[in-house]
Amino acid sequence: MLLPVNWLKNYVDLNISSKEISDGLTYSGSHVESITSMNKGIENVVVGKIEKIEIHPNADKLLICMIDVGDGVYTVVTGAKNLKEGDYVPIALPGATLPGNIDIGTTDFRGVESQGMLCSLKELGYADNVIPKEMKDGIFVFDKEYSLGENVVPLMQLNDDVIEFEITPNRPDCLSIYGMAREASATFKGELQEPEISLNNEVDNINSYTNGIEVETEACRRYYSRVVKDVVIKPSPLWIQTTLMNAGVRPVNNMVDITNYVMLELGEPLHAFDLDRLGGRKIIVRQADKGEKLTTLDDVERTLDENDIVIADENIAIGLAGIMGGLDSEITANTKTVLLEGANFSPRHVRLTSKKLALRSEASTRFEKGIDPNLCSQAVERVCELIEETGTGTVVNGVIDVNHTSASLHTIVLRPDRARKLLGVDMPDDDIVDYLERLQFKTTLKSGSIIAEVPTFRDDVKVEADLIEEAGRLYGFHNIESKPLTGALTRGEKPYNKQIEARVKSVLQGIGYNEVMTYSFISPKAYDKLNLPEEASERKYIILMNPLGEDYSTMRTTLMSNMMDLLGRNENKGIDEVLAYEIGYAFIPKALPVVDLPDEKQVLSIGFYGQKDFYFMKETLETVFERLGVKNLSYEREEKNPSFHPGRAATVYSGNVKLGIFGEVHPDVANNYELKKRSYIATIDFDKIVDLTDLDIKYRPLPKYPSMSRDIAVVVDEGVMVGEIDKVIRSHGKNLVESIELFDIYRGNQVEKNKKSVAFSIVYRSYEGTLTDSVVNDIQNKIILDLENRFDAKLRS
Amino acid sequence: MKERLEDLRDAAFKEIQDNIDLNELEELRVKFLGKKGEITKILRDMGKLSAEMRPVIGQMANEVRADLENKINETKEILREKAKEQSISSETIDITVKTKEIKRGHRHPLIQTAEELEDLFISMGFSVVTGPEIETVENNFDSLNSPDNHPSRDLSDTFYINDELLLRTHTSPVQIRSMKKYGAPLRIVSAGRTFRFDDVDDTHSPMFHQLEGLVVDENISMANLIHTLDIFIKELFGEDMKTRYRPHHFPFTEPSAEVDVTCIKCRGEGCPVCNFTGWSMELLGCGMVHPQVLENCGIDSEKYTGFAFGMGIDRITMVKYGINDIRLLFENDNRFLEQF
Repeated sequence: MLLPVNWLKNYVDLNISSKEISDGLTYSGSHVESITSMNKGIENVVVGKIEKIEIHPNADKLLICMIDVGDGVYTVVTGAKNLKEGDYVPIALPGATLPGNIDIGTTDFRGVESQGMLCSLKELGYADNVIPKEMKDGIFVFDKEYSLGENVVPLMQLNDDVIEFEITPNRPDCLSIYGMAREASATFKGELQEPEISLNNEVDNINSYTNGIEVETEACRRYYSRVVKDVVIKPSPLWIQTTLMNAGVRPVNNMVDITNYVMLELGEPLHAFDLDRLGGRKIIVRQADKGEKLTTLDDVERTLDENDIVIADENIAIGLAGIMGGLDSEITANTKTVLLEGANFSPRHVRLTSKKLALRSEASTRFEKGIDPNLCSQAVERVCELIEETGTGTVVNGVIDVNHTSASLHTIVLRPDRARKLLGVDMPDDDIVDYLERLQFKTTLKSGSIIAEVPTFRDDVKVEADLIEEAGRLYGFHNIESKPLTGALTRGEKPYNKQIEARVKSVLQGIGYNEVMTYSFISPKAYDKLNLPEEASERKYIILMNPLGEDYSTMRTTLMSNMMDLLGRNENKGIDEVLAYEIGYAFIPKALPVVDLPDEKQVLSIGFYGQKDFYFMKETLETVFERLGVKNLSYEREEKNPSFHPGRAATVYSGNVKLGIFGEVHPDVANNYELKKRSYIATIDFDKIVDLTDLDIKYRPLPKYPSMSRDIAVVVDEGVMVGEIDKVIRSHGKNLVESIELFDIYRGNQVEKNKKSVAFSIVYRSYEGTLTDSVVNDIQNKIILDLENRFDAKLRS
Repeated sequence: MKERLEDLRDAAFKEIQDNIDLNELEELRVKFLGKKGEITKILRDMGKLSAEMRPVIGQMANEVRADLENKINETKEILREKAKEQSISSETIDITVKTKEIKRGHRHPLIQTAEELEDLFISMGFSVVTGPEIETVENNFDSLNSPDNHPSRDLSDTFYINDELLLRTHTSPVQIRSMKKYGAPLRIVSAGRTFRFDDVDDTHSPMFHQLEGLVVDENISMANLIHTLDIFIKELFGEDMKTRYRPHHFPFTEPSAEVDVTCIKCRGEGCPVCNFTGWSMELLGCGMVHPQVLENCGIDSEKYTGFAFGMGIDRITMVKYGINDIRLLFENDNRFLEQF
């Protein structure tokens, strides 16, 4: 919302700078986004009259103009084509400055000296989007005579500042100059001056011009109408044009400009119909028929249905209610009689239609937030006054006012104690009353409470807390003295899973992993890239109704794709090694299509490529689990998961609880993510980890008796896994085995083909006494025998 | 005999020279003091001496042995010390050589910031709670007093799964869940992922993060809200930070305010980052919980009042680390991550 400060000052007494106005209004709730000075560096530009125009003797596209500025006549060469003798124009005299730090002097144009320059609106600093179409390429010509030599800066209101406000959606009443004047008056206690409306020359009677207004839908709450005759369409006077341009609106012609001017001034969108073009000379406000067509002012044909409200004549729709007029009834240069519309439409209907058609306008943005129905009459009357004042036409006697709004005002009880309690401010009752009165709430006191009557333009104020906010914002939130929280002391804490998260993160950080963060929604193609078959459970994902695009359209059921994506991207950038982890959520629907909230399963996703291998991933997991006290780990070869290398993947268990899967990424999958290096992924069910975490550590006495060390080296088939041998050793050694270390795996000349020699160092220790050779030897023998039986192992000496 | 002892001593002392090494010294010890050493031999032959000479020579021999032992030990000590010094000085290394054996892992700056924010509030007695990323329309909008026709409910603003489920657009539904579950009094914060229909650019992302706080108790006022947030801002950005509370509008709080904070870049002097205002705009939104929201959650709005606040963690992270493009937070470029 753009607010020209000079315009504001028409309605409220303010003797402060634009900066003070914007600071004060910001603190009372209207947030200022910017302050712009309209004068972007104009000096010494004055009004001049073109006395004489001659064609340049040496250049037939140039004109030589003699410009009278009162105290002298200047010769100016121009290429403009829109000038005639007698025109009043802005002339930048020699020594003048124009926006953009352009200095004007005398210049020789093909043998003729030009003293200064005639200015276009653009050269005076106006933005392209507000310059009237007919003035786009040419010198600005004043609408009438002005005193020669007059400074154009105040004349064209270029001495104005424009403040841009961010108006919150609950305050449509602030989307007008007068609305902001009310705010300014309340904020700065300046006297508010309501525009006084008086008409002096009404003729005839409205009923002899129109056959009436029929409102057939509740979506139109009020329709206030007047008629103007003998209309002469022409440009608006200078002051209306410059005011509109300062407010960011392009002038069109007097009738359009006046309705725009009043919309900005009072906040009521208005429409003017060419009455002579209305079939049956009547207005019908109705639901559109299904499939009904209407070409709006922007020259787009719209297809409507019964949810849309139209303004129609007897035959066809001529406008989209509250959004945009139709081309057929538009004001043209030939318009003679005008029917003015000041209406009030239901915000919901305007919003839905505007949205459906993707058509927003100044009118629709106001209507969809809700407008005071009392504005209909005030605004139409104000338009009539300006029509009379500017000689645009003659106002016809009488109004047609179809009004379905209720006249009753609602009241709210405000308990001053409650206000003081909620704000935490010791605010006297009188001050509260004063604040509310300044905001135009009528107040009465009743047994200690303030009864406030809500003005019709403040539909947003509904309950006591709303009124307290009104008092609070005029007191100024920035003036509230802060007070510490009191009440029972509470202990702040984190949920258990977050505590576990912190432990896992610190372990992984210590090992060298970087934490990453990826989107919760992924492309459906991800499931293909992971090689997942049709029946894979991961493919039972939730789809967004309105995704930003396919890439963001499914709620992930796995974090692996995100991890692969980022590994691939990093490798693509030439980064040698990346170790990454993410703790995030996978979304598992209870059923498809989704009815209830899905399960959000927390997942620990780890991934890397570079110098590390499968065993680094395994050790990473073991380190994490060790930190959490997740015990009894076991591994099973995972040959069937299509995302992983069938010979290099494992499922990890704690006891009989499956914790997750890890291993080398299947070459096809790696290829799908354009990863050239071998990469490794672990996907761990974090919820299970949290369940199994055991942080209860009990001290075990240090050993008192010496340990005994023995080596075992056996030759076994290639397929026998170290873990299986480990299991056998432990099954015989039981609690006497302190540690088992694999210290060698040998393949080569010394052993047969497809066999390997594996060597372990076993440390035995008892906590009850010193171990004897015979006890340990006995265990060793049993182990060897068992290995021979089970795996056809041969002892290697 | 006497002369012989003196000769032996002189000979031994002579052999112990500056350039003798530890091995030679040991040989020398054996030669003179060993079992078959010269002096040992003399002492062994004492029996052959006359009764009056025996004590004299005995005493002298003992003296010579003691002198020699002392000398040898002393020299040994010196030689050892010398050897140690030599060894140490030969072990000097280039202490500027860089190796890459240890690689520290790095925390994601945004998650780190979120946890720091949570910890700050934990220290102020708030408990951290969490809520799901997929929410009900009821929790995300209805219970929070969002009008039926509010534009934020549109398909162009919010990601929907169906008519009743959506991706939460803010962390505020966690307030609703907590109030319904725990009632009053309550003092919670919740950080997490949120989603809005925004195309990706340098300041927008369809997924972003918020931290939400809520206090409900008897006699909670706007003055308490300001006190709490002021402490928080100073803890987060520094003691010299100022705050500015501006009236604003949120459907779920009344009164509502936006909080501007001294520009972190220029500390209030005015710079291009803050558009020369000296303020970082709209860092937080806050307000007193709307009585209808309390009632929606079964809390007596006459007895209890409360305040709530919310902030964008992405924005705070970016301001804190001077990150100018939000996309960096989600791209996970290793070269970015390793800066934190």
